[in-house]
Amino acid sequence: MSDQTTATEAPQQERPGRASTVLREILSSSTLVVVMAVVASLLIGGVLIVLVDEGVQEAAGYFFSRPGDTFTAIFDELGAAYSAMFTGAVLNLDADTFAQTIRPFTQTLTMATPLIFAGLGLGIGFRAGMFNIGAQGQLLIGATVGAYIGFTWDLPWGLHLLVAILGCLVGGAFWGFIPGILKARTGAHEVIVTIMLNYVALNLVAWLLTFDAFQREGSNNPISPIVAETAQYPKILGSQFNLHLGFLFALACAFGVWWLMERSTLGFELRAVGANANAARTAGMNVTRATVLVMVIAGALAGLAGSAQVLGTEKVLTTATAGSLGFDAITVALLGRSRPLGTVLAAILFGGLRASGPTLQVQAGLPVDIVFVIQALIVLFIAAPPLVRSMFRLPAPAIEKEVAA
Amino acid sequence: MSASTLDAPATPETAPRSKDWRASIALGVIALISLVVFGFGSASGADTTFVVARSTDFFEVPGFTLPSQLAAILLSVVGLALAGYTAFQANQFRKVGIWVPVVYGIAIMGALLTWAGAGRDATSIQLTGLLTSSLFLAVPLVFGSLAGTLCERSGIINIAIEGQLLAGAFLAALVGSAVGNAYAGLIAAPIAGALVGLLLAIFATKYWVNQIVVGVVLNVLVVGLTSFFFSTVMSDNPDLNRPLGLASLPIPGLSGIPVIGPVLFNQNLLVYILYVVVIVLQIMLFRSRWGLRVRAVGEHPKAADTVGIKVNRTRVRNTVLGGAVAGLGGAFFTVASGLAFGKEMTAGKGYIALAAMILGRWSPKGALAAALLFGFADALRVQLGIIGSSIPSQFLAMTPYLATIFAVAGLVGHSRPPAAEGIPYKK
Repeated sequence: MSDQTTATEAPQQERPGRASTVLREILSSSTLVVVMAVVASLLIGGVLIVLVDEGVQEAAGYFFSRPGDTFTAIFDELGAAYSAMFTGAVLNLDADTFAQTIRPFTQTLTMATPLIFAGLGLGIGFRAGMFNIGAQGQLLIGATVGAYIGFTWDLPWGLHLLVAILGCLVGGAFWGFIPGILKARTGAHEVIVTIMLNYVALNLVAWLLTFDAFQREGSNNPISPIVAETAQYPKILGSQFNLHLGFLFALACAFGVWWLMERSTLGFELRAVGANANAARTAGMNVTRATVLVMVIAGALAGLAGSAQVLGTEKVLTTATAGSLGFDAITVALLGRSRPLGTVLAAILFGGLRASGPTLQVQAGLPVDIVFVIQALIVLFIAAPPLVRSMFRLPAPAIEKEVAA
Repeated sequence: MSASTLDAPATPETAPRSKDWRASIALGVIALISLVVFGFGSASGADTTFVVARSTDFFEVPGFTLPSQLAAILLSVVGLALAGYTAFQANQFRKVGIWVPVVYGIAIMGALLTWAGAGRDATSIQLTGLLTSSLFLAVPLVFGSLAGTLCERSGIINIAIEGQLLAGAFLAALVGSAVGNAYAGLIAAPIAGALVGLLLAIFATKYWVNQIVVGVVLNVLVVGLTSFFFSTVMSDNPDLNRPLGLASLPIPGLSGIPVIGPVLFNQNLLVYILYVVVIVLQIMLFRSRWGLRVRAVGEHPKAADTVGIKVNRTRVRNTVLGGAVAGLGGAFFTVASGLAFGKEMTAGKGYIALAAMILGRWSPKGALAAALLFGFADALRVQLGIIGSSIPSQFLAMTPYLATIFAVAGLVGHSRPPAAEGIPYKK
């Protein structure tokens, strides 16, 4: 890092003109790197799409006699893919009614909701120097507790939802507490413990779903009954949209996390422990408490992500409730640079990618998996700003910030 | 991993060494549970039948039938005695040899099997079959944890084992099917793994990206890429994804020995490669100049650099080599098992391999032992499912993960990772 700093400080001392300084600041900003990383990933995704397209392969067979055909085929395929993504994630311009036009975007926000919750929790962990890979398990355990309350208990409207949400929160927090206390007491590395706990949680839920108490009546499949209406997040835009109250709750949590990390003493302590645990200990901070607390908060938020699934979108508990949400949330937190606002925006971006999956499949005939490729590429590029800068010939900033931990 | 060592307060040289009772307590508790559940839990008077040799062997070893309760109690008592021995040694500030956990494991597992097979006249415990499938199921775990060991010994954390296995499985199926020969797949698999390893190495050493981040993201990337090509190229041309199999190559003479023969010497080429790789790596890492250099880079890169070892070059080479080893292990899922490639077919085996590496304390022979243990747990799950045991299969599936958590929490021995692991080397 240090040699880069000295290398780029020199030209700044030549006092360039005001306009070029502004331009330079824009070009070297990390926001531009993020934008360029997304662009580069979509382009590479496009290359993959073109490579496997049969129309393109056919046209490329006679490339030298009629090269135009190949390019037409490439542009057709790419146009179909990108427009399907847009239609699936942002606006459906072909729709007849206004509701159908904006439906894709509300779907994007619905998909983003669990990612916001879990991403916020992981972001706190990253800033406090804890690498929590366990959102998957925390989410699943939270979802299990919440769903159980949802379909078993009989409580009045309002209270039922509150108790179910609380159940998700406590379940996730408990699953986060285990690696936290092990790390604090024995020094067991949280990455390993959380990865292992993901699989323990998955097997635990698979086992619970073999019991009558968790199984749908008259069914032997590992699927729970539907959560009672009183315990579901109300739909906020009417019944024709899937968007539920959980999204607003997630935004509120984002604000809460911002306040916690930026304005409260506890947040300062957590950040100090993340920056330098030894210095924090010397300053009289309780590193053990901070370690456990970070994992509990992260687990609670992951549990809330579970509530967005079982009380909002899916309304049932299965072993697939967590899907790949836990790992996606890691990419969300990294893309959002562990900041609440960034996390929300990143979650909406990845929510959009997920929401565009079905349209991509139907309209462009492409497998959903291309979305995962694009998602992984985005994070790889974001994590290595020098790589993106050299790809697009952008100038390096005066001080390079280190990404993630 | 380094954070934990930094966190611990420095112990003064003069302080008396504390006695470490954790291992003996853990072993004792498990043996007691075994005594109560398996020993006294077995129906008295019931028998358990074990089948040992197959009729294809040189000579047939007759299966034996044991009184369940007595056998399970005896085996549990052996476990308790070993726990006591561990406690005695801990009292003398001594550590126990590797044979203690091995014998202990065999005793407790024996008690479990006796209990599970008690009073089932129709079925019997197929010992040879159980061991054969243990070894077979352990193959990707061994390769994966060897890959992890190679990378981490040089200071690069390899979370991307899962991706390397999957990439190896994919390319093995693709190339093997295209050429029409399973052995071609065996050659292609390490290349795919090495490419994933190369990406990890570049991001870790050139861009100093957090290695855990790169590993996790590479796993997502490989899942996405292989699933994408599976749903496009492979499903459009079924000829590119055919179930191929490596033939079993019985070693003449050795394969006829009862029990050992069919388990160890009647396997396919990949398993024989496994034996060679484990032995070579164990010797190379701990007995060769190369190994010393690799370990120096992983423990104290600055010192290694001072004596002229190229730190980052060593790390890149080791990570690529590790990726290749894991990729070869990936071939297990497709060409070595006689299956076609399927989406996400490694199903978390890469993470279990990571666990095996930790449990094996970052050494090839330890990785082998831990992977065999996990393979045994998996084989046991299948066998108990067949005879219809009352143990939920999910609990057996959980054992490797729980064992790892206990291991890293220091309950069963102490695992210490290479000191410079995960820290980018910046001159």
